[in-house]
Amino acid sequence: MAETNVKNLRKWLETDTPQSRTQAKLSQLFTSWLDLKSNKLAMIGFSVIFALIVTALFAPILAPHDPYAQDLAKRLQPPLTEGYFLGSDELGRDILSRLIYGASTTLYIVFLVTISAPIMGLLVGTAAGYIGGWTDAILMRLTDIFLAFPKLILALAFVAALGAGIENAVLAIALTAWPPYARLARAETITIRNSDFIAAIKLQGASPLRIITGHIWPLCISSLIVRVTLDMAGIILTAAGLGFLGLGAQPPLAEWGAMISSGRKFILDYWWVSTMPGLAIFIVSLGFNLLGDGLRDVLDPRRQKL
Amino acid sequence: MKRSGIQKAGERALISLPKGLKSVLAALLGIALTMFGLLVVTFLIGRVMPIDPVLAIVGKRASNEIYEAARISLGFDQPLYVQFWVYFKQVLSGDFGQSLLTSNAVTDDILRVFPATLELASVATLLGVFIGVPIGVYAAAYKESIFDQCVRVFGLFGYSMPIFWVGLIGLLVFYGTLGWVGGPGRLDIFYEDIIPQITGMILIDSLLAGDFEIFKNAVSHIILPATILGYYSIAYISRMTRSFMLEQLSQEYITTARVKGMSEQSVIWRHAFRNVLIPLVTVIALSYANLLEGSVLTETIFAWPGLGQYITTSLLSADMNAVLGGTFVVGTLFVGLNIFSDFLYKVVDPRAR
Repeated sequence: MAETNVKNLRKWLETDTPQSRTQAKLSQLFTSWLDLKSNKLAMIGFSVIFALIVTALFAPILAPHDPYAQDLAKRLQPPLTEGYFLGSDELGRDILSRLIYGASTTLYIVFLVTISAPIMGLLVGTAAGYIGGWTDAILMRLTDIFLAFPKLILALAFVAALGAGIENAVLAIALTAWPPYARLARAETITIRNSDFIAAIKLQGASPLRIITGHIWPLCISSLIVRVTLDMAGIILTAAGLGFLGLGAQPPLAEWGAMISSGRKFILDYWWVSTMPGLAIFIVSLGFNLLGDGLRDVLDPRRQKL
Repeated sequence: MKRSGIQKAGERALISLPKGLKSVLAALLGIALTMFGLLVVTFLIGRVMPIDPVLAIVGKRASNEIYEAARISLGFDQPLYVQFWVYFKQVLSGDFGQSLLTSNAVTDDILRVFPATLELASVATLLGVFIGVPIGVYAAAYKESIFDQCVRVFGLFGYSMPIFWVGLIGLLVFYGTLGWVGGPGRLDIFYEDIIPQITGMILIDSLLAGDFEIFKNAVSHIILPATILGYYSIAYISRMTRSFMLEQLSQEYITTARVKGMSEQSVIWRHAFRNVLIPLVTVIALSYANLLEGSVLTETIFAWPGLGQYITTSLLSADMNAVLGGTFVVGTLFVGLNIFSDFLYKVVDPRAR
């Protein structure tokens, strides 16, 4: 019974003649998913991200120790010590547990940046592209100015101005990350703006706001998603860099960049304190990069099988 | 190749002038606008700081009168646009104010630390060019081969590793364990301040002074940070080289050359590679600009007394004049290199004129 249901669902999803909009959309999503599934590297990336999300969600269950519990008698234990699989840090805290809790910090930062920066870029880019003229000139000039700054240094300056902390780090990264999205959204808008279907909607009396939100935004989304996925690794690295410099998450909060920084002082004698969180950052960034590469192949129509 | 928005915006502003003059003026206008914007942003960042710059100078115990006097003498009682105008005039004359931390003029400080960054970024870029370009070319020539896959994975690793972590591990392995390279800093401590400073770049200064011992020591110190920075530039340059080469290799003139019976090596290097050179220059300039930024974290790890470290230490001690000056200088270099690469592109490629 269940088997036939699955078969029917699959048939429904793979149909060439969708009966409704929802079915058409879902079947499109399904084919994209099949494309992505056939890309091995992308699936490795996907599993890494999936594991990261699961780790973050179930941190309290998965972590063997309290990530903040200090035990000075057991400080700087090497990896594979009884009870400390990845060793302990300078305050005797379990590194594995801190890594597990750090996953949610990382996800939190990535999530906030990836919903704020692209949306800001989308707003600026589509407005500039659709309205054109002086609005375009001014908005794009602003974008260029932000693009002219090296990202990390601008983020540093912002954090300095706003004060250190995880929310301010997010804000700083978002403020430095939006310009490329604005450029991208503007370019897409300009190509869409002059198409016939927009002219048709205009004749029906649609307002510019409706055209932008209802017809241009949906078409910009897929290229933005690809770009965001490709940028996520960069966001993680920037956030870790800020944490490393002491400008991101503040102690005792478990954050991977800050953990590397705290182990830095005794790297020569106790290598694992810095190495383990670095490995975590590396694996997660690699996961995002692999997934982004795969998504680009699937979602970008220009790159589809020629 | 897309042109930078800087020029496009400038071009829109100018309507009817002779073509050559028009494009030069447009470029200049674009640069001026961008630089002005950079300055506005740095100024505003400085003004929204929660740290009171007056308090930082007079100290917590100063009486109200002294505080007020200092505030007025620093110009903080003026409206914001007047303050900006004063700052603007200052910067135009090359003055970024005084650093609270070193109590030198920020401009002098930057001039002192900049050669160290330039030296590091230059060596890293050289590595990027001499390693990244050939592997990119061969990855394209033998597309989908094992070599190509390895280059791709190598690049992905580079994009995924936090540079400060690679630096730490590098120090641990090559300095701490193997002892192959010099440790943090630019020289061993007993070699410092021996040779006269001419360019500020020790590799060059020591050669000019004919002191090979110091040169060797400087090489042993720069090799690790430069290789690590260079890794990122190798990853970037090789990937771009590969995609440019693939584009050329699919062209018909390549088929013609092969049909004529040219050897594969000369098809690759004498035909395809020549046409890749131009966009490659742009990429190299961009990666050079990115290294200036990447050096912030690397310099912190390797105690490299350059611009990046200057900015971060000033930041941590809330020395805003220094931070803003440094940020502005890096921004300017960034814009400058972008414009330079655009310009080069136009000069070398007749189609882009």
